[in-house]
Amino acid sequence: MPDGAAPDRPIALSLPPSDEVKTSTCYMCACRCGIRVHLKNGELRYIEGNPDHPVNRGVLCAKGSAGIMNQLSPAKLRKPLKRVGERGSGDFVEIEWDEAMTIATDRLAKIRESDPKKLAFFTGRDQSQGLTGWWASQFGTPNHAAHGGFCSVNMAAAGLYTIGGAFWEFGEPDWEQTKIFLLFGVAEDHDSNPIKLGLARLKERGAKIVSINPVRGGYSAIADEWISITPGSDGLFILSLCRELLRAGKIDVEFLAQFSNAGHLVIDKPGSDTHGLIAKDEHGAPLIWDRLTDLPVAFPGQNVSPAMKGRFTLPDGREVVPAFELVARRLSEDQFAPEAITARTGVAPETIRRLAAELAEAAFENDLTREEEWEDGWGRKHSKVIGRAVTAHAMRGVSAHANGFHTCRAIHILQLLLGAIDRPGAWRYKPPFPRPTPPGQKPTGKPHQVVPGKPMPGPPLGFVTGPEDLLLNAEGGPQRIDKAYSWEAPVAAHGLMHMVITNAWKGDPYPIDTLFLYMANMAWNSSMNTSRVAEMLTDKDTTTGDYKIPFIIYADAFASETVNYADLALPDTTYLERWDCISLLDRPICDAHAAADAIRQPILKPDRDVRPFQTVLLDLGARLGLPGLVNEAGEPRYPGGYADYIVNHERKPGIGPLAGFRGADGQSRGRGAVNPKQLERYIENGCFWQEPIPADAQHHRFANQAYLDWALEMGFIESPAPILMQLYSEVLQRFKLAAEGHGEVQPPDQLRDRIKRVFDPLPLWYPPFEDESNDEAAYPLHGITQRPMAMYHSWHSQNAWLRQIHGANRLYIPKALAEAQNIADDDWVWAESRNGKVKAQVRIMTALNDKTVWTWNAIGKKPGAWNLDPKAPEATRGFLLNNLIDELLPEQGGYRYANSDPVTGQAAWYDMRLRVVKMTEAEARNADKASEAELKPPPGLATPPERLLYRGGNKGSDKA
Amino acid sequence: MTSLPTSPTEKRLGLVIDLDTCVGCQACVVNCKEWNTGGYPAPLSDIDPYGANPTGAWLNRVHAFEVEPDVGSPQVVHFPKSCLHCQDAACVTVCPTGASYKRESDGIVLVDEDRCMGCGLCAWACPYGAREMDPGVGVMKKCTLCVDRIYNETIAEEERLPACVRTCPAKARHFGDLADPSSDVSRLVAERGGMDLMPEMGYRPTNQYLPPRARREGCSSQPAKALETANPEGGFLAWLDRILSD
Repeated sequence: MPDGAAPDRPIALSLPPSDEVKTSTCYMCACRCGIRVHLKNGELRYIEGNPDHPVNRGVLCAKGSAGIMNQLSPAKLRKPLKRVGERGSGDFVEIEWDEAMTIATDRLAKIRESDPKKLAFFTGRDQSQGLTGWWASQFGTPNHAAHGGFCSVNMAAAGLYTIGGAFWEFGEPDWEQTKIFLLFGVAEDHDSNPIKLGLARLKERGAKIVSINPVRGGYSAIADEWISITPGSDGLFILSLCRELLRAGKIDVEFLAQFSNAGHLVIDKPGSDTHGLIAKDEHGAPLIWDRLTDLPVAFPGQNVSPAMKGRFTLPDGREVVPAFELVARRLSEDQFAPEAITARTGVAPETIRRLAAELAEAAFENDLTREEEWEDGWGRKHSKVIGRAVTAHAMRGVSAHANGFHTCRAIHILQLLLGAIDRPGAWRYKPPFPRPTPPGQKPTGKPHQVVPGKPMPGPPLGFVTGPEDLLLNAEGGPQRIDKAYSWEAPVAAHGLMHMVITNAWKGDPYPIDTLFLYMANMAWNSSMNTSRVAEMLTDKDTTTGDYKIPFIIYADAFASETVNYADLALPDTTYLERWDCISLLDRPICDAHAAADAIRQPILKPDRDVRPFQTVLLDLGARLGLPGLVNEAGEPRYPGGYADYIVNHERKPGIGPLAGFRGADGQSRGRGAVNPKQLERYIENGCFWQEPIPADAQHHRFANQAYLDWALEMGFIESPAPILMQLYSEVLQRFKLAAEGHGEVQPPDQLRDRIKRVFDPLPLWYPPFEDESNDEAAYPLHGITQRPMAMYHSWHSQNAWLRQIHGANRLYIPKALAEAQNIADDDWVWAESRNGKVKAQVRIMTALNDKTVWTWNAIGKKPGAWNLDPKAPEATRGFLLNNLIDELLPEQGGYRYANSDPVTGQAAWYDMRLRVVKMTEAEARNADKASEAELKPPPGLATPPERLLYRGGNKGSDKA
Repeated sequence: MTSLPTSPTEKRLGLVIDLDTCVGCQACVVNCKEWNTGGYPAPLSDIDPYGANPTGAWLNRVHAFEVEPDVGSPQVVHFPKSCLHCQDAACVTVCPTGASYKRESDGIVLVDEDRCMGCGLCAWACPYGAREMDPGVGVMKKCTLCVDRIYNETIAEEERLPACVRTCPAKARHFGDLADPSSDVSRLVAERGGMDLMPEMGYRPTNQYLPPRARREGCSSQPAKALETANPEGGFLAWLDRILSD
């Protein structure tokens, strides 16, 4: 009935959206935003950001907003599975939990009583590493790590060894006061919402955003300036900026002298076993040269003027040079001149000069300095808090290269030269950082620490400070299956998960019995050289007929590609169905102004026979009788599962997984007795806890006594000693000395040159190894991935909403390349590397470095995986770039090293070199068919519906 | 035919979308979907959701475009698009059943689904492509400005915002009364040169877009002064001597 005029028609404007609202913590990616989950008639009605939460302050991204569809996904595993056919075939039977736990317990018990390191326990984007790492120690295996080695360990390690913090969980820009923000590489996934909120503040305030990224998408799209850098050359760009600042004297010498080792005297005695080490007094204190008395004194000294240059002779005859002079001489080398770096970086010399001038202006000409008295941990009184309005952020973009450690370190050197660390306008620490440079925990797993039937005396992961800390076997070879903390990856702070399958398959350094994986899609997007990895997982010893990797246990909530390669699959809950803690013992969620941690609470009851993995792990540990997991009577110590552990576990007296609401009365924070009502208190508080940092403790936290005292009281640090910035890396020099033949712990001869080259205590850049391994003419292009903001790794192809946004990835190629090769939009091409080729459909892009092609990470899927139709676009038109990158470098002297950073072992994903070849017409006609073999879905999955008419728990009739 | 309000609506509620700040993250797109699939236009259906050709009804989508300016490097602009709640809304006047209508009190354009027969004329009439036929229930769906949130007294007052605005992590979306020159959104439009989308079509959209700000090469409004060599005679280390002697 047509209307005349248009009065407001009566509609219900004030219907309560839901019957019930519960708070929790998102897990649609790793950022851990606070959420409010609305329920209507017992169904999920709406998930929104929690406005009170410190991480996201009410906003929520596309992934978090699609949580409903995660819960509805038909790819959820529903019951434990036991393999009955050939591995990889998808032939499983559903079994009861009792049987599953018995299988796992029997297998692991035998390993533990014979050789515990034959269990390799690796977890993916796990937010319970506080538990999983501790569990591995209790089991007694050194073979544990999470996914950091293939993610951003270069970022974490370079930061922790240089400034005691890094980016994302370690620190953040002063969004409210910085004037210039350097954003290096792909950053859209970490830290998701906080960075978007921060960028919005920068925009609002008119601060300048400079993006250094081969691709101008995502955050780079809104940058004021885009530096179209050639992948792998960021270090040159940064060190050239440093050189310009030095040339102009625009550096903070006072900051360096007071808070870093810039003034420390470096022994200059080439060929000796002390060359390059810092001279110390008889108490072990580092020496500086006082220009007033012309004498050496222990750092920091009283009323001294430390020399920053010159050559001095100590009373014992040793010649020494201040570290700063060595760093300055390195940075002044012609290799870093703006003109010299242009060819490699693609950045014009005048751009370097102008940006250096802008950095200098923001750092040294701002109005952020304020009068404020404070005392540092060396007892020195200061009258000012100085503003330095320059900030940076970097994640995988600079990390995932074979030169990534030094590139990340270069960013921190730039910050140090400008004095732009934890000051107004600068990058600022988040508790529990800063930590000592590096933190004191050493890795555990030396041969005498791995004993059948016994726990290890410490955690598997830690921070080496010299060759004596390496985990080496009796022959000096790798002690860990991933070769972390061996001479191949000495500073492997997060392990090398990406090498576990290759090494275990080869039995190098030794065969293992069981590979136990949690939430890591190692048969697909989390491995380099994916096709080969799938073969390794199913490969058998031709004489015995046994699988080369004898047993694989895999825990996941969803039917990912990796489930098909499991012998035993343990179905996990979703993030809305379980207890979790976001712990300061693991990966913190603090900000620069406050400490914080959080929980997840079960909001929905699982409708299938699944158990929270953390509870399963505690159960398994108790069945195995692991010391920390049973009481004196041998009964389970945490019979209430993970929630029991979260409340009652104490890592040290008074310090447990959650720092808030401790003590019998719930009034203690940081340290305090167990509070049986702790989880209730968290729920009352919105499922998080936050403790503001005292106002006088929010700057210079590496040395600010007020902060150090507070952090000690909170349990974040073990001593109130100030933390020294490492402009010069003595740790790296110790490894270099070993490579030169000094000391008892010696590298194999074939690695000496590499170690001498990369274990440089000074700022360094060298070409990625793939550049050296590839013929530039044959493979002229760099291949990288970017992170879609609406999808997290492979997780979300099973999400009905998110896959409508990213359903089939394209290969983005630069316009000039397209023209040169007569390629049009939508054409099909082959992307070819020395490791193979994959098909891809092209999209032409102008805002792209002319030597680079890219695609979205992990959109392509194996047909049949994730309970998608095998004809799903993810499988037919999507593709995985991982197939093009070898996990090993070409043979050198009869051996193939990991395609990883030689310092940390970080996977060098972004070193990929390739070429693009247009398909023939005949090839293109069949290009949109799946090229991978189809996976048979495991049994018991729900039948995917043909349509979804989701009403959020509301009743209603459907028209049709 | 359905008529538009005969005089200007008392309020003109709408969105102001900042193209300078939008990073294209799709948060608004998905949060809109989850609110509305259980809200006023419920459901927003998805067909073949796990299959070869998944499609669904969405009230808001974000597109990305490349721009090659005459001067400077190429840019990517993210462009969120939903119903603009036009003052001269052709989607209303073409509706043969009276399902499509514009509210007199606030200018919101809605579809009364009970009257919609799914003929799709309104989608043809909309120059912005902002209406979507629901593939599961066969009626037209469109942005409601979250009419069931913005007046909802059971929701905290500061949260009575369209879902897309409330969730936007980059703060690129603003909601308010564009008929009130003193409102925050009107001021933002005035300050930043807010624009009609395709004004030549004459539909007088309520929603406004803020254009990307001019990209700056300098740190402040003035380019930073070029760096002089600190001590050309003796090099950097000589400069260091000088500064340490001060």
